Amino acid sequence: MWVYVARRLLLAVPIALGVTVICFGLVFLAPGDPLASLIPGDVSPADLAKMRQLYGFDKPIPVQYALWLGRAVTGDLGVSLQTGRPVLAEVTGAIGNTFVIASGAVLLAFSLAFILGTVAAYHVGRPADRLATAAAVLGVSIPNYWLGIVLIIVFAVKLNILPATGMGSKGSTSFNILDWAQAKYAVLPIITMAMVPLGIIMRTTRSAVAEVLNQDFVQMLRAKGLGPVAILRHSVRNALPQMLAVMGLQLGYLVGGSILIETVFTWPGTGFLLNKAILTRDIPVIQGTILVLALNFVAINLAVDLIQTAVDPRIKRT
Amino acid sequence: MFGRRPQSAAAIATLSLAIGLSALPGGASRAETVLRIAMTAADLPDWRGQPDQGFEGYRFVGYSLYDGIVAWDLSRSDQEAGIRPGLATSWSVDPDDHKKWIFELRQGVKFHDGCDWNADSAVWNIDRMISDKNPAFTPYNFGRGRSRTSSIDHAEKLGDYKIAIYTRHPESLFPFNLAYVLMLSKCAVEKAGNNLDVYAKNPVGTGPYKFASTVPHERVEFVKNSDYWDKGRVPKHDRVVLLPMPEVTTRVAALLSGQVDLIEAPSPDTIPALKAAGMQIVTNVYPHTWPYLLNMAKGPFRDVRVRQAANYAINRGEMVELLSGVAVPSYGMFVPEQARYYGHPFEYPFDPKKSIELLKEANCYPCEIFVAISTSGSGQMQPLPMNELVKEQLEKGGFKVKFDTLDWNAVLDVFIKGQEKFPYDAINFSSGANDPLSGFLKAVMSEYKAPVGSNWGWYSNPEVDAIAYKLLASFDPAVYEPMLRQLHEMVSRDARSLFIVSDLNPRALSPRLHGFVQAQSWFQDITPITISQ
Repeated sequence: MWVYVARRLLLAVPIALGVTVICFGLVFLAPGDPLASLIPGDVSPADLAKMRQLYGFDKPIPVQYALWLGRAVTGDLGVSLQTGRPVLAEVTGAIGNTFVIASGAVLLAFSLAFILGTVAAYHVGRPADRLATAAAVLGVSIPNYWLGIVLIIVFAVKLNILPATGMGSKGSTSFNILDWAQAKYAVLPIITMAMVPLGIIMRTTRSAVAEVLNQDFVQMLRAKGLGPVAILRHSVRNALPQMLAVMGLQLGYLVGGSILIETVFTWPGTGFLLNKAILTRDIPVIQGTILVLALNFVAINLAVDLIQTAVDPRIKRT
Repeated sequence: MFGRRPQSAAAIATLSLAIGLSALPGGASRAETVLRIAMTAADLPDWRGQPDQGFEGYRFVGYSLYDGIVAWDLSRSDQEAGIRPGLATSWSVDPDDHKKWIFELRQGVKFHDGCDWNADSAVWNIDRMISDKNPAFTPYNFGRGRSRTSSIDHAEKLGDYKIAIYTRHPESLFPFNLAYVLMLSKCAVEKAGNNLDVYAKNPVGTGPYKFASTVPHERVEFVKNSDYWDKGRVPKHDRVVLLPMPEVTTRVAALLSGQVDLIEAPSPDTIPALKAAGMQIVTNVYPHTWPYLLNMAKGPFRDVRVRQAANYAINRGEMVELLSGVAVPSYGMFVPEQARYYGHPFEYPFDPKKSIELLKEANCYPCEIFVAISTSGSGQMQPLPMNELVKEQLEKGGFKVKFDTLDWNAVLDVFIKGQEKFPYDAINFSSGANDPLSGFLKAVMSEYKAPVGSNWGWYSNPEVDAIAYKLLASFDPAVYEPMLRQLHEMVSRDARSLFIVSDLNPRALSPRLHGFVQAQSWFQDITPITISQ
């Protein structure tokens, strides 16, 4: 298995390289200029050229990329053009913040999806199945930024029981998920973020459990006189690898941050960071964030693969 | 969309405000008064000198921590906010050398770290802004301040509290520039090893607030500077918390739920609900116009009749209605309240028939135009619905409008590089003519055709240029102000822009706030605000 892990980690290198090359190219292909956010509109061409040289944008794009890559392999992702702060610290801080709501959303979505999906699988074609399926479709279909705003209006403005915005009363550095006074700031973003994975995981659970329930060994279990709980345990265990795979993908996706949700709730995560970086063409932050997120995605998928192996020994990783 | 919040919400908000208690000299104690402001900026403005995040950065961070040699007079709402003495008590141009400005510096002023404000710190501050030989030089301060410092040649100490600033050429309106150049503590920067990233942990100015703490990207807190040199502007509250909140719905919800006390730019459709909830809505005219800059180097707008036709096609009243009354019609680059510069520009009436006639005369009917617009951006108001309405009105007046919708950075890039490199006949780019130099002259003089200056569409009128050079060499306001009015009228007749509306700058304040005076400016003085518990 360790060979498998090593191979997967090695494969992450070309993935990360590919992602950064594409990202770097796209930033320069897009209209706009990183200097446009740093200078007023009436600077002279001479001053503009001086700025370009001071920031290193006067060099050919491949050279700029090579220089960036050279630093990145040593762990130096540069500094933000906008804030002057180290990109690595910016990204790791933001990922930590996003992880709070992403993991909460996946846990919430998985718990609800497991119940709804299993109920639907046990009652395929019947009203319970239709209701659960409708809930899943609704979760996937509702625009999450709209849902976020509606939740803010209901719970923050009308009922005034949850905060509308931010990450804790004093910001993310003093956020503590175990303290309700702080944790309540995460409630609405988590619910909003959970809707899409809820729909996706529920549909996967339903089809996986329904498929298992139709297999011969389940008939055998029933013939042997096992009760519904025992049959459920066997069915779920067999469906679990598929569900975990989807859950892992969703977690990886959510840790990438939701620009819309994090903007609506002013949640200082990766989506919020990336959005600002893209709008200001803060190239070091865009590059650093994409690189870290790509590696993160690879790591989460690897972890899910290993958990799948542990849950279902039939899956061999060699 | 939003309803009245329950009574208990106010109590909860009040409690949440009372962050800590501060002991009073008499032994009594009172709750610390905290003013929480939701900005439209997507991030905290930079405090390592010249702020970013547009004028919002100057408004809340720049002028809170720092002062300029020259300051804005933001004390009144009923007149244009002009300049007044700041860290200099007076200035004058040398009668024998019109490139030499002499500044008498204010004495007895100390930076927050106790260091003296004097000629050494003034000269050092000017130098770090313009010379990359200065150890405290940074590209971002150089870049952000460049449009205000490009005419400076160098600064010189004439005495302990007297300096001279030399300009590259005579420039009668030069002092306006210095209102934007912020003075940092030389001691603090040197203590940080001339590394402004280190300095950022404890920035030091002479301003009415001192830096207290920050959570990057989320909040920055300032506390009042009780020893502020301008005793009339010592803050009437203890602490300010600035929160970036780019999403307007979130800002409104945060105010209604008691999470903040003051929000910038509520959208017009939320104002009725805010009023219904007891919030104070303040508006005032200020030098913020929302025009289309027209390309006069190529395309149909080379013909003045086409430019005038566009101005006749616009129903400004309908636009004001769309914005629920938080805008006024605009007919020039200044607003009428800037009486020293405004004059009597031609007020184009809404006349689509006249527009079509002019287009037919100019052999451009229907007249196809390609316009770059943004989805958002500093000062761009509500760009998408407003541009849709402009398009509808222009098309009724004989134009055929095609938009290229870009993000703000891309539009900034188009603006900086000028019309030459792009296929657009016009761009929608809001303007803030705070002062007649950068906001007006540099936008209309041929010398400042982009990318050299901010004359994006290459407007050129030799008569305008001649008067402009004359006024820049005139140092008596009684002489140059009439010239500015004359120029403004000429530019309006030439339809240099498609003048549409100017913003009324709405803000919403909690009913607990008192004493805020909304100046006719992009900048505001928040120090007089008191907070009732």
